[in-house]
Amino acid sequence: MAADKLETIRAPDSTSHIEVRNISIGYGSFVVMKDINFAVGRKEIFIIMGGSGSGKSTLLRTLLGLLEPAAGEVLYNGESFTRADPDQRLRMLRRFGVTYQSGALWSSMTLAENVALPLSEYTNLSPAEIREVASLKLAMVGLKGFEDFYPAQISGGMQKRAGLARAIALDPEVLFFDEPSAGLDPITSRRLDDLILELRDSLGSTVMVVTHELASIFAIGDDSVLLDGESRTPIAYGNPRQLRDHSADPRVRSFLTRGEPPAGSVQDRG
Amino acid sequence: MPETRTDSSPADTPNAVSGTPAATQGSSSAAEDSAVLFEREDDILAIRLLGTWSLDAGLPSTADLERELANGPAPKRIVFDTTELGAWDSALVTFVAKAGQLCRAKGIPIDRSRLPAGLMRLLQLAEAVPEARDVRTVAAAPGLLTRLGQIGIGYGGSLREALTFLGEFGMAFGSMLRGRARYQVSDLALIIQQCGANALGIVSLISFLVGVILAFMGAVQLQKVGAQIFVANLVAIGMVREMGAMMTAIIMSGRTGAAFAAQLGTMKVTQEIDALQTMGLSPMEFLVVPRVVALVLMMPLLCAYSDFLGIMGGAAVGSVMLHLPLFGYLDTSLHAVDLTSLFGGLFKAATYGVLIALAGCLRGFQSGSSSSAVGDAATSAVVTSIVLVVVACGIFAVIFNILGL
Repeated sequence: MAADKLETIRAPDSTSHIEVRNISIGYGSFVVMKDINFAVGRKEIFIIMGGSGSGKSTLLRTLLGLLEPAAGEVLYNGESFTRADPDQRLRMLRRFGVTYQSGALWSSMTLAENVALPLSEYTNLSPAEIREVASLKLAMVGLKGFEDFYPAQISGGMQKRAGLARAIALDPEVLFFDEPSAGLDPITSRRLDDLILELRDSLGSTVMVVTHELASIFAIGDDSVLLDGESRTPIAYGNPRQLRDHSADPRVRSFLTRGEPPAGSVQDRG
Repeated sequence: MPETRTDSSPADTPNAVSGTPAATQGSSSAAEDSAVLFEREDDILAIRLLGTWSLDAGLPSTADLERELANGPAPKRIVFDTTELGAWDSALVTFVAKAGQLCRAKGIPIDRSRLPAGLMRLLQLAEAVPEARDVRTVAAAPGLLTRLGQIGIGYGGSLREALTFLGEFGMAFGSMLRGRARYQVSDLALIIQQCGANALGIVSLISFLVGVILAFMGAVQLQKVGAQIFVANLVAIGMVREMGAMMTAIIMSGRTGAAFAAQLGTMKVTQEIDALQTMGLSPMEFLVVPRVVALVLMMPLLCAYSDFLGIMGGAAVGSVMLHLPLFGYLDTSLHAVDLTSLFGGLFKAATYGVLIALAGCLRGFQSGSSSSAVGDAATSAVVTSIVLVVVACGIFAVIFNILGL
């Protein structure tokens, strides 16, 4: 079934920051998802949604080069990431910031050291300056004073924020989030959403978020793709709120309303 | 012609509390035990459910129903009679579901309308989603040739993986020599401490004991020919040429090789390695190179220390058991060992260090993403490194023999 194109897929033009062309992803010979096409404009928050096991995180890993796509290519700023040689890739990776599901902080280092590592590798700052920038980044995510804590000593929500501080250490052009609200309580998750919006506005980064948290999706998403595990293809592209209210595909509406009829459209369900 | 048969004691349950899935009390009293009776009336088979059905009392079998169906003509319809049913839980649900399957297989319609409402709902829940097909893997036993082939392909794959790892390590090591590798010096220092200084205790103990054992075994034999003093030569040469490096390598396999595999495996599980990669840092340069360098630097030092303590262990046996003068013993030991043997032993130790560190890191990287996979990685790191060390030891013996050392 053809993907539901409510807001027609943004035509790739000079303003699109990330472009995904005909990507097929999978492990070995097992195809998880095929025919994925989308373009993300600058400063947009793009959501990759889908049920559990539909390949959201696999798609993210492919966008980051941790997995090679079975077909198709990924472009950043019109430059192919998939076909780039290792040096070019490294150059492009330096402009990314990634936060992982579990935080993925290096457990043998303190929070400050975690944030400082990319700074010491990629800038010419002195150790004192690095320490200062690291403290500032931790303060930006609300972790001022926790510089010398080890990841195991802080809570899961704090680990996620510390991971975000590390991701924004180098003022990335693209920020990736893998399930930012997984395992967080509603309030913490809401604060993280606000933080994402704030960072997008202040850093001017393009943001890619993998999530199935509906509240987050509607709160921050400008544009989105919905992956369907059963048909192994994307079934909808567009603004999540518009998809929820106007999509013609019952699968899309049902995903975005938790299978419940939205208020005022009960008659839809017959 | 109503025909009646009972499973167990004919239960007499006056208070039928149908529709409450609760095992109220233990079904200890025989009067409350579950029972199934069959009654035939014309073409209808009625299954009478009696008493309290509880999982504590075990699952009732449907064998009686099968026998009942085999006995006599097949009924046109099966109904349930629950007027005397007591409390019930999943035992009854399982029984009814199995009975349903049985009747469906024989093509007899089964009327479940008289069952308790709660039970009907549970059955509907269980039958709402059809059984997933192609999910249960059909374990068709592969033939001998297929299995041999699969094993061969498996070994081929892991060999290629190991060679890729080795090649990547070579490149990372090269860039370290040119001073271009990205790793943290503080990390290297910490690993050196962990696999060097922190291992001194266990190396001391084992080496001293190995010296004692060598001396003891030699003493018993050499005493017979009155050549006790040669115990010193035996222990010194044995420790310096072979045992010092070997024992250190085995201790470090269990201690440090396993630790490397577990560390890297856990880092893989928690996505810390992904985080390095997306930050443009090579895990090979950042994690493997410092570990290999640390172990290569520390192994010869630990080996020299182990040689020394082994000789001291021998000296303890020599002076206590054989009453040899301590300084005479040590002097003989010193003259027994030449520099070639000493450096040969230290060189072997450094080589074993490379093997142990690489095996540990390789197994860590190959680890799957679960806690048990990390344990497996540590186990296989120890096995791999000990095998590699022993094989290398054999190869060294041949080479040293050819070189006449």
